[in-house]
Amino acid sequence: MFMSSREQGYWWRLLVWVFALVPALVQADSIGHGLKPGLGEPLTEFKGTIISVDGSNLPEGSGSVAAGKVLYETRCAACHGMKGEQPGNQLAGGRGSLSGPRPLKTVGSYWPYATTLFDYIWRAMPYDEQKSLDPDQVYAVTGYVLRLNGIVGLPEVLNAKNLAGIKMPNRGGFVEMSE
Amino acid sequence: MTNGLIHRRDLLKAGSIGLIAGSATPVMAREPWMTGPGQPMSGSGESSRYVSLAREQVGAHAFGPGAGSSSSPLQHLNGTITPSRLHFERHHSGIPDIDPDKHRLTVHGAVRQPLRFSYADLLRYPQETHLYFLECSGNSYRNTLAEPQNQTAGELNGLVSGSEWTGIPLHYLLDEAGVTADAEWIVAEGADAAGLTRSVPLSRALDNVLVALYQNGEPLQPAQGFPVRLFVPGCEGNISVKWLQTIKVQAKPGYTRDETSKYTDLLQDGQAEMFTLQMEVKSVITSPSGRMRLPEHGVYDVSGIAWSGAGTIAKVEVSADGGKNWVTAALQSDARPLALTRFRIPWHWQGQSAVLLSRAFDDRGNIQPTREAALARYSSAVIYHYNGYQSWRVGKSGEVSNVYV
Ligand code: HEC
Repeated sequence: MFMSSREQGYWWRLLVWVFALVPALVQADSIGHGLKPGLGEPLTEFKGTIISVDGSNLPEGSGSVAAGKVLYETRCAACHGMKGEQPGNQLAGGRGSLSGPRPLKTVGSYWPYATTLFDYIWRAMPYDEQKSLDPDQVYAVTGYVLRLNGIVGLPEVLNAKNLAGIKMPNRGGFVEMSE
Repeated sequence: MTNGLIHRRDLLKAGSIGLIAGSATPVMAREPWMTGPGQPMSGSGESSRYVSLAREQVGAHAFGPGAGSSSSPLQHLNGTITPSRLHFERHHSGIPDIDPDKHRLTVHGAVRQPLRFSYADLLRYPQETHLYFLECSGNSYRNTLAEPQNQTAGELNGLVSGSEWTGIPLHYLLDEAGVTADAEWIVAEGADAAGLTRSVPLSRALDNVLVALYQNGEPLQPAQGFPVRLFVPGCEGNISVKWLQTIKVQAKPGYTRDETSKYTDLLQDGQAEMFTLQMEVKSVITSPSGRMRLPEHGVYDVSGIAWSGAGTIAKVEVSADGGKNWVTAALQSDARPLALTRFRIPWHWQGQSAVLLSRAFDDRGNIQPTREAALARYSSAVIYHYNGYQSWRVGKSGEVSNVYV
């Protein structure tokens, strides 16, 4: 069959287009859905605010139990009671109640790690103005909540070095279920 | 024998109940809605004005507006999909109003390269679509109370919903960041005021966990985590962290407040189980159910939902006599893993007093326990993971109420 050179040029261009398109439409089943856009923006040195139980990534700073008392009474007591006793929102009490008829789970009776208290207060309290406390204030008020719970061996000043070492009374009270 | 429940093999015998004489001359019915054009098209639809649907048991913590829950009105729904606007809620500090352009998802920790994704980035990733149930581990806790509460199916058991979820398999993002050899857990953090944070074993995170962007075909509603949430199929709702902003990969769990102080299950000896993530096999009859009234004697379609965090619903049995005799209900044809499955069985009520209840079996050999057996697992104070029977008493005049058998 004879084609004019103009027609030949048309078919040639079409062929080039077809070959150019094929590699772009990657066949889904040949590589699964393995082809991802890879859009994650690389970060250098991201610390985040999720505190590890070994305390290794606690922020710099320190706060005294005495400063924590003042803070607690002004920023926390309205919702948790002056001594952490507010029913329905207790932070203290209940030691020894876990195997009884009315278990009361509080920081002192139930929580296994002091670092969790820091992590939680820093991100989630005070409830009416979350994330308004700086690390020094969080160390201080964490210390005072632990004092309200009569934690033995509590340092007078808490910091990134000594928080993880505080032994919580119910540390051994959990069975970790594996999958 | 079975107090009115009709076995499938007897369905033909049962036949239909009555015949009404038709009129000989056909007449064109003329209701107002048949005689002129109706409402015009509109940008968005809503329920008929004759249908009123709302979440139930909307309640909050005495000292925390926004910390609380609301339940799906199970008794008014049928099928297996919960409309997004009626999906149950459980928030720890309200629903944040997030500008998606300012939201970022960061993957860091035990990875070769920490990465940050914008919402626009995430939308470009390949996604998957699945039907899954989501259940709060506190669902049905009112049935752990000493006295049966006279409430509806939704008020009692509506912290479970079913949806079609669409999202990015989490492992795509983890692979891109390059999880290192010591990694065993991921810790997920929300961008709400509570900064809710939970840990998920890496094995599960790499399996079927989604970074979900759509629910029932539309972008997530704010109450369900807009712009992006974690979705961990089959597991207690709390770990499907909404408003997802951080995934930290670690050798150990985060031991966060919501997996130590809360969402752990106290045993009778004072020890507590931690990371009880998977939800149990369970079923609830949604109709007839609490606070309904059967209007007259006759045949009723007893129907409900069943689900299991371990697999697929294999069988549901229904009893009309408080659990003495059981009859196998019909499952809708497409029982799917980790999704709500609807069951039905016809029941002939002739005024006899009856107690209706169901029990579910999954394909992994799990069987829904009695209330007694479910309660025996934990300390009496535990409000999580209750999957015992939900029983409904039908009184002589047709009133239906919650009862313990
Ligand atoms: C406006 C009321 C309010 C104020 C003020 C407040 N809290 Fe809270 N707190 C709450 C509520 C509500 C919860 C429960 C939140 C939930 O359900 O997730 C809570 C929970 C907690 C918990 C976890 C308790 C548990 O057993 O899991 C701790 C710890 C805590 N608050 C500490 C503090 C500290 C420290 C302050 C002061 C810096 C403070 N709170 C101020 C309302 C308040």
